This record gives sequence, structure tokens and C-alpha cells, in this order.
Amino acid sequence: MEAAEVKHLIEEGLPGANVEVQDTTGGGDHFEALVVSDTFEGKSLVERHQVVYGALGDAMRARVHALALKTLTPAQYKNRR
Amino acid sequence: MSSAVERIQSAIASNKICVFMKGNRNFPQCGFSAATVQVFEEIGAPYGTVDVLSDPELREEIKAFSNWPTIPQVYINGKFVGGCDIVRELYESGELHTIAKSVVEASAAK
Repeated sequence: MEAAEVKHLIEEGLPGANVEVQDTTGGGDHFEALVVSDTFEGKSLVERHQVVYGALGDAMRARVHALALKTLTPAQYKNRR
Repeated sequence: MSSAVERIQSAIASNKICVFMKGNRNFPQCGFSAATVQVFEEIGAPYGTVDVLSDPELREEIKAFSNWPTIPQVYINGKFVGGCDIVRELYESGELHTIAKSVVEASAAK
């Protein structure tokens, strides 16, 4: 699975989100993603990750072995830099 | 033999901090499981582990049970806390120390 495909699935599930995805090993099954979305507002970390996993659906169960996730609201992202 | 759900519930009930992982604390079989137990070692909190590799049925069931697709998974006081990333984030922000401390104090008070 390509990093671009992971990015696309997340963007499809979370319209308006800014998504960066890296294939951390080059093997197409370990990824690292930064997702910035206002839908995370007021949600716990568990809930935020569940939203992203939900967007990935079957790909997460079958093709992705590991996904390191960073989920931020736009405000958190701004403060981080 | 008990069902996978019962085995999950009993592990969560008998360990204030319960880590479902690949391998065990001395021989973690996955970098993410290793990183997760490392965090609890660092803060010196007592925790129990369940090796999902030794129980394939539980390994599948826990994903539906927590609505979480990956291992490791951490439960504290019976509540699902998250996977490796969340545990590390809570560790870095200092929140995990607070949570772990209250768990240890609560069990000492009994």
C-alpha cells in the first residue's frame, strides 16, 4: 500500500483535514501520519484515533501493520510550530 | 475454557494497568509493544501484561472489544486508554504519571 493511498483514504473520511503520511520502512505497511482536522475539537485522543482508523476501514485491518498517529486540531497545530 | 471476551474482562479486572501486547515485558515481539511497556517501566508503575500471540482468539477479539485495530492496547482501571502513540503522548505531557500515581495510591489504600 502506498503512503498516498493512506493519505487519500484519511482525507476522504475526514473532509477538510490536512494529512501528511510517510511510509516509515518503505515496505508499504508501516506508516506515520499527521492529521490536522477541526473534527477533533472536543474529542479525546482515543476518539480521534478511532475516527482515523474508521476512515481507513478494511485497509487498517488487512494491509496496514502499524500506523503511528498524531492527531491535532488546527489550533493545536498552530501552537506546535 | 472461558470465552475470549471473558479472558479480556478478567485480565482488565485483575490488573489496574493492563497491557495487551505481543510477547511479554522481558521479550516484547514488536517495537510498539516494547515502547509501551518501556513507558510503564520508566514511571515505575506496576502493570500486568497479556501476550496476544499466545492466544489467537483473544488477539482478534480485543480489536472488536476496544474498537481499536492494533496491538498494543492499554487499559487503566478498566478503561481503554489507547495504543502506543497515546500512551507515549500521555507520558510526555506528564498525565500518565498522574494517572499511574492515583492507581497505585488507590490500591495501596485498600
